[in-house]
This record gives sequence, C-alpha cells and structure tokens, in this order.
Amino acid sequence: MNRPIRRIGLVLGVLLVALLVNITIIQVVLANDYRDRPGNQRVLLEEYHRERGPILVGANPVARSKETGDTLRYLRVYSNGPLYAPVTGFYSLVYGSTGLERTENRILTGRSDLLVVDRIDQLFAGEQPKGGAVSTTIDARAQKAAFDGLQGKRGSVVAIEPSTGRILASVQSPSFDPNKLSSHDPAEIRAYYASLEADPDKPLLNRPIVSLNPPGSTFKLVTAAAALASGRFTPDSVIPGPRTYQLPDSTHKIRNWNGQSCGPGDLVTLRQALAISCNTAFAWLGNELGDDALRAQAELMGFDTSFEIPLRAATSRYPEDPDAPQTAMTAIGQFDVRATSLQMAMVASAIANNGVLMNPYLVQEVRGPDLAILQTTAPSEFETAMTPLYASQLTDMMVNVVENGTGSNARIPGVRVAGKTGTAQTGNDNPAVAWFVAFAPATSPQVAVAVTVEDAGAPEVSGNQLAAPIAKAVIQAILRR
Amino acid sequence: MTIPADVLAPLAQPARRQPSRRNLELVLLVFAWGIGLLGCLQVSWANGEDPTSQLWIAAGVVGALALAMHAAIRWRARYADPFLLPVTTLLTTLGLVMIYRIDVAAVKRAILNGNPVPTPAAYAQLTWFAIATALFIAVLVLLRDHRLLQRYTYTCGLVGLVLLVLPLAPFIGTTVNGATLWVRIGGQSFQPAEIAKILLTIFFAGYLVEKRDSLALVRTKFLGIGLPRLKDLGPILIAWLVSLGVLIFQHDLGTSLLFFGLFVCMLYVATQRRSWLILGAILFVIGAVGAYYAFGHVRLRVTVWIDPWAYADDQGYQIVQSLFGLANGGILGAGLGQGFPNLVPFASTDFIVAALGEELGLTGLMVLLLLYAIVVERGLRAAVGVRDSFGQLLAVGLAITMALQVFVIIGGVTRLIPLTGLTTPFLSYGGSSLIANWVIVALLLRISDRARRPEAIVVSPDDAVTQVVRRP
Repeated sequence: MNRPIRRIGLVLGVLLVALLVNITIIQVVLANDYRDRPGNQRVLLEEYHRERGPILVGANPVARSKETGDTLRYLRVYSNGPLYAPVTGFYSLVYGSTGLERTENRILTGRSDLLVVDRIDQLFAGEQPKGGAVSTTIDARAQKAAFDGLQGKRGSVVAIEPSTGRILASVQSPSFDPNKLSSHDPAEIRAYYASLEADPDKPLLNRPIVSLNPPGSTFKLVTAAAALASGRFTPDSVIPGPRTYQLPDSTHKIRNWNGQSCGPGDLVTLRQALAISCNTAFAWLGNELGDDALRAQAELMGFDTSFEIPLRAATSRYPEDPDAPQTAMTAIGQFDVRATSLQMAMVASAIANNGVLMNPYLVQEVRGPDLAILQTTAPSEFETAMTPLYASQLTDMMVNVVENGTGSNARIPGVRVAGKTGTAQTGNDNPAVAWFVAFAPATSPQVAVAVTVEDAGAPEVSGNQLAAPIAKAVIQAILRR
Repeated sequence: MTIPADVLAPLAQPARRQPSRRNLELVLLVFAWGIGLLGCLQVSWANGEDPTSQLWIAAGVVGALALAMHAAIRWRARYADPFLLPVTTLLTTLGLVMIYRIDVAAVKRAILNGNPVPTPAAYAQLTWFAIATALFIAVLVLLRDHRLLQRYTYTCGLVGLVLLVLPLAPFIGTTVNGATLWVRIGGQSFQPAEIAKILLTIFFAGYLVEKRDSLALVRTKFLGIGLPRLKDLGPILIAWLVSLGVLIFQHDLGTSLLFFGLFVCMLYVATQRRSWLILGAILFVIGAVGAYYAFGHVRLRVTVWIDPWAYADDQGYQIVQSLFGLANGGILGAGLGQGFPNLVPFASTDFIVAALGEELGLTGLMVLLLLYAIVVERGLRAAVGVRDSFGQLLAVGLAITMALQVFVIIGGVTRLIPLTGLTTPFLSYGGSSLIANWVIVALLLRISDRARRPEAIVVSPDDAVTQVVRRP
C-alpha cells in the first residue's frame, strides 16, 4: 500500500503549496491593494492605535494623546486649543492635519529615523510604538499676553528672540478649537469645519505666518536701513518733509497723516522723520534711493524668501518692477509691498541683533517617548542685513519713536523699548491695518515683536492705539516686568 | 547444508539497538514550550504590563502537561516518532497564546467601556488541554497495540454515525451560527463530529482491510478505466449520502467535505484503484453542483467566495476582515499584541489563522503550515513503516483527516476555497476539537511506535537457514 500512500502524500503536498502560494499573494502581492480598500479600518486604526507624542510648550503638553475606550484608541486633546492653534494645528480624521501636527508627523508618530533606537527597544519589548515629543520655542506667557491683547480683534502677533530666531509667540485671532476638529465624530468635525470655512474672518488661516498685509509705516524701517546703508544719510541728515509730496512722473500727491509739514522750513532730520512717521520725507527718500537699493535692503531682511519654520510661511513680497512713483509709495509701505507679521518681526529682530537676521524656527527640541532630547535645533543666520553701526543707529531712532514719537503706548518704565507704528490702507474701501513693530530692551534685546490688527480704524495713531499695547504686553511677559 | 557456527553467532545477537530519540523529543519539547512562553510575555509587554503570576502558572502548567505526555511516551511508546509531540505541542501553545492575546484585547476594551469583563477563554482552553493530555496518556497506556481497535470496527462505525447525527437530536442538539454541530448536555457543549471523525476513521480502516480484495476487483472497463462491480458501489454511495445528509440537515459544509474526502482517499489507498478516486470525484461534483442549486446557504458561500467585496458589510464581512487582517500582517506581521485580530469575528475559533497571520505575518503562517505538514508527513511515515494493513490505513486516515481539515479551514479563511466552518486543529478555541486532535496524535504515536520498534530476532534453526548472511 506504500505507493498510494506516497501519491496521497504528493497530493497533500500540492494542497500545501496552494495554501502557501495563496497566503503569499494575499500578504505580499495584494497587501497594499487590500490596505487601500474602502472599509479597511486598519490603516486608520493603526495610526490612532499608536500613542502620538505630545507637543510641548515648556514642560506643558499643549497637544497630547489620551486613551479612550473607542475603537480609535487615542484621542488628540489640546489643553488650550485656540491659544496654540496656529502652532499645533489640528489632527483630524476627516481633514488630515495642519501645523506642527503635520510637519512633525514622523516624529509624533514615532516613524522618524531619530527614534530608531526607541523603536528597536519597543520591538524587543513587544510594545506598541510610541511617538516622540516635539518641544516648541513658544514662551507660554508671551503667547498668552498676545492672545489676551488681541481680545478677539482680527489680527496676529509674532514674537522672536533676536539672537537665535526662536519664535516666542505666534498668535492669531479669531482662532479655532483644534479639539473639535480632532474628535472621533466625523459629523461633528464636518459641521465645525464648515462653520469655520463660512466665517468671513477665516479662523482656519494661520494668520501670523500667512496673512499678507501692506506693512504701512513699519516698512519705513527698511527704507531707513537702506538710507543708512547707502552711506549718503545719517540719522541726523536733514531731508525735505513738506506738507505734501508730488510723486515723480505723476499727478498724485502724498500727504502726511495730519496734513502738516514735518518740520520747520519743510525740513526734518531722518531721526525725526521716523519718530513722527513723516510720509513725505520717506517717499522722497525712496525716490532718492531708488528701487534697487530698497529691494536689496528688503530682501536682506527676509522679503521674497519663503521660510519654513517648519510650517511654511507665506512669502512677503517687495513689488516686482515698480516705476518711480510706485517706488516712492513702496518706501512708505504702500503700493504692492506685502508682509506677514512674521516678516515684520524678522525686520525688528535683524535690527535688534546687530544687523544679523537669524532664521526663525518653532521647534526647539525633538524628544524620544521618554522625553530624552534627541535633537536640538541650532540657530542659523539668514543674512547680515546691515552693519552693527547702522543697526545701533536705527535702534536709537526706534527708541526715539517710542520715547518721543508715535509709539508712546509701548513705553515700559525702566526699559528702553525700540518700536515703530504703522497703519496701512489695504484698498479703497477696506479698513486700515494697524501695525506695531518693536524690540526690547534696546541695549540687549531679548524679544522682537510684530503686531497686526487688521480691522483697525483709519488714522495713523491706530498703530499706537491698537497694536502698541499688545506689543508692550508681550515684551513685558518676556522680560517679566 | 550446515551453517558454520561463526556465521550464526552474530545473528543470535539482538538486533542493533534502534535509537529511541526520546531525548531529541525532550529538547524539541522544551524549545516549543519556550516559544510559547516568549509569545505570552510579548503579549503582556505589548499590553504595557508586566507578566502576571497567573501567566507564569499557566506556562508552568503547559510545561507540566507536555512533560507528562513525554513521560507517558517514554514509558509506553518508547520508539514512537520524536517529532509529533513537540510539533503538536507548539501548535497548541501558539493557539493558547493567540487566545490569550484576544482575551487581553477583549478585557481591555470592556474595562475602557465600563462593561463587565468577559471570562478569559485562555484558561478554559488550558483546562481542555489538560483533559486532552489525560486522554492522550490514557490512549497510550490503555491501548498497547493499535490492532486491538480493529476488533471494534463496527462498534466504532455505529457510534461514529450516531455522534454525527447527534446534533439533530431533540433537546440536546444546538444550532450555532446557522450550523447544527453542537450538542449541549448540562451547560457543557461539544461538537460530536470531532470525535466521530476518529471513530469513523477507525471504522473505515477496519472495514476496508476486510473488504479491500473485493473492492479492488475490476469487472468492466470503461474508457480505459477499470470500474468496480456494481454491488461493490454500496459503501461509497452510503458515505456520499451520509455526507450529503450532514450538509442538508446540519448545514455543515466542512464536515461533509471532510468525511467524503477521507473515505475516498482511504478507499484508494486500500484498493490501489484510481477508479475509486475518479468515481469519488464524479460523486463530489454531482453533490456539489446539486447542493449549489438546491441550497441557499451553499449558494451564498460560493457567491461570497467569488466576490466578497460586494458583500463586505454583511455575508462577506468575516472573510473581508480576515483578508484585511492578513494584508495588515504583511511579511513579518504586526507583532503579537499589536494588530487588530478582534476586528475579525470568531477570531479565536474559525478565524484564528487570520489572527495569527495578522500578528505573525506571512512568516508565521508559513511556519504554521509547515508544522502541520510535519504532523501529516510523520503520520504518513508511520503508515509506510508499520507492517499491518489496518495500522497503515488507520495512520493514513488520521493523517488525511488532519491535512484535509487544515486545508479546508485555512483555504476558506484565506479565500482559496469557499469558507466552511471547521476548527483549525490544535489552534482553535474549543474543547472537542482539541481533545479529538490530541487523541489522533496519541494514535499516530502508537502506530509509529509499532513501526519503529526493533523486532527482537529470534533465531530458530529453520529460520536461520533463510536469514540473509553477511559475507565474512
């Protein structure tokens, strides 16, 4: 009977091979196809099954994963959602993710190569891979001060440590609650998202880094820097500051905000022109310096460059090919020049840091699941925007703005604050944008800040009235004053 | 012719001592136990907790049971096959680990949802394993020679048939998930078909040894194939009708397929006539096509098999989830405790292979299939080695039962063939199945012991003349 037994064995062997081939096809060849099939919850579950690492502000996790009894094992919770929304972004079942949740996803999920050692540990322990933590550069007090300062007015605030480029605050208003977008209830998520989309104030916009506005008079800092850099002017140079300025090759005239002349005999020093934000003087200056000099100075301060902090910021623009009257308009921050709050904070920070502009960044450290530091971001220089001499001259001029000029609301007893107000018209009917750009203490700056309030009232003082107090609060928060 | 004394002398010695290989068995057994223990530890760690003392006790119990079986073999089946026990112990242990892992997930979810904590199935399964061990030892100790079973051929046949139809009996029969395979007596339920499987294999072996000469007779030739006599067609027709009966009345496609396949294969081995295989295939096709058109539940199985995606939310849910699980496992698997095997319904019973495939991956499943292949191969080897026809047929039958059952269920879970409800030998949660399969192992060991046992050579002067003599 041995022959038929062997034959039966052979047939059973064929069945075995059939099973082996079949499982190989399923688990290797068709596996990806099956993973992508609608109705396969496993891919999603896999992602929600891992403990996603926290996003830290100081030692405080502002975004963390909480275990639920749900099929989706972890829920993303934001301890102070609207406050940190421009930093954390959201992590949604329906709409993907934004902010650091998006850019630092590989670290947060634990897939980054930086976490390879932890992953191997977890593999041997048979543990579910845990994500790494992301420490931000955000200063909780500054963030809070800026958020409270905006008081729901549409606008944004960015604060930077000038010597490093660390972003200390990035705040927007109106904001949104990432908790509601990161819930496990798709219907709730969709409804909330739709309401945010419908809001004319666009709360989902990452306003501090993507909202582009004409910088108005704050751009006079760039013009002044270009003037000093040209070597033809010092802070004490006397320039024309008449009541109106006839734009070259044009019938249009530029007026000062108060309709007055900027000084006796229609003459004014550069220092004084900045202090009182004299439009006619700076338009004249822009025309004297020319398009190329202004552009070169603007670009040294970060215009026309796209920054990733690692969130991608909108590129602040210097106008492409302005003619003479347009150049004069650009010199006072009108026409087509556009800047984000981040950009103007960078301008202040370049002046504050002896002329050296550092690349701005938001991620201080990458940490393992045990919070051991795996990588620290090293500060890096973007450009030397001006010489230390010009930087210190410009600093003095900005201190003068706060102490004797338009920026009076940013004064802090015992601290020399350097600042510049701005108000810009965004169009004929659009409301004005109020700006304040500042840094302090003037001698050894610890913080540079830019505040934008987008639906400000008309006059020049609004920069001082609306934006300067917020900048002051942020500076106080950083300096603990 | 006289034989010189110096030629006879070496023949008078007992035969060269055959190695029993028991120590090899012991080493492999420790190895199998170690793999199981590692699996348990990994499940605990993945769950984020330290191994509990219960887990260590359970591991100790498994080790003790395996050692007890090993001791029984040393005592009563010294020359038995050394691979069968370690391999089947490993399979049982892997099943326990997976059942424990599914328990852990169920408990965790219940706690998080504030539901009552379900009773862990792993401890019940461990208890069944202990009972299976007792029966395993009982078989080895009480059944000193497998040929004794031949005496009970017809008793086994009758009891087997009764067990097969028992679920249809009033009061005790129970229908679970549409199939009537269960008998419930006083709160404890079992699947009599699992026991019937063994009894009917014994019956087939005994019956075929008796009748194979007449069944092997060829009367007519048709298209070059020798056909058996009409009056010898009785047994195969009866087997066919019983299988159809199981299918019709119990809705149990798997068992039906298993019995008919087993009978036809054994018939072929006993008679060496391929015509029986052809006849069996024809009957199978008739039965299958007939069942397809006659019964909705068979038609549904086939429809779902052809396009499960169209039924992903209802009748095809199980198989689709099973495929998703396998895909998620990929080549190396998600890792024990790190997949989602509980998304597949019946993860610890019918679909335990899908659960293992998800967490241990293709690698794990291949190992699993090869372990089964070893069991079957060792069974067939015992069949080839043993000298009596009954033993041969019994070993072949038991090996084929195991092989067919593995093919039908794993093939079903992986969509190679339509899904039928059968337990996965040694792995699935369930007492009847585990006990039945361990009894099969005991019987195979008994037969292999007989096959490998060195015969003491008794030299009588008459025999001596016919001995092969080595040249000096």
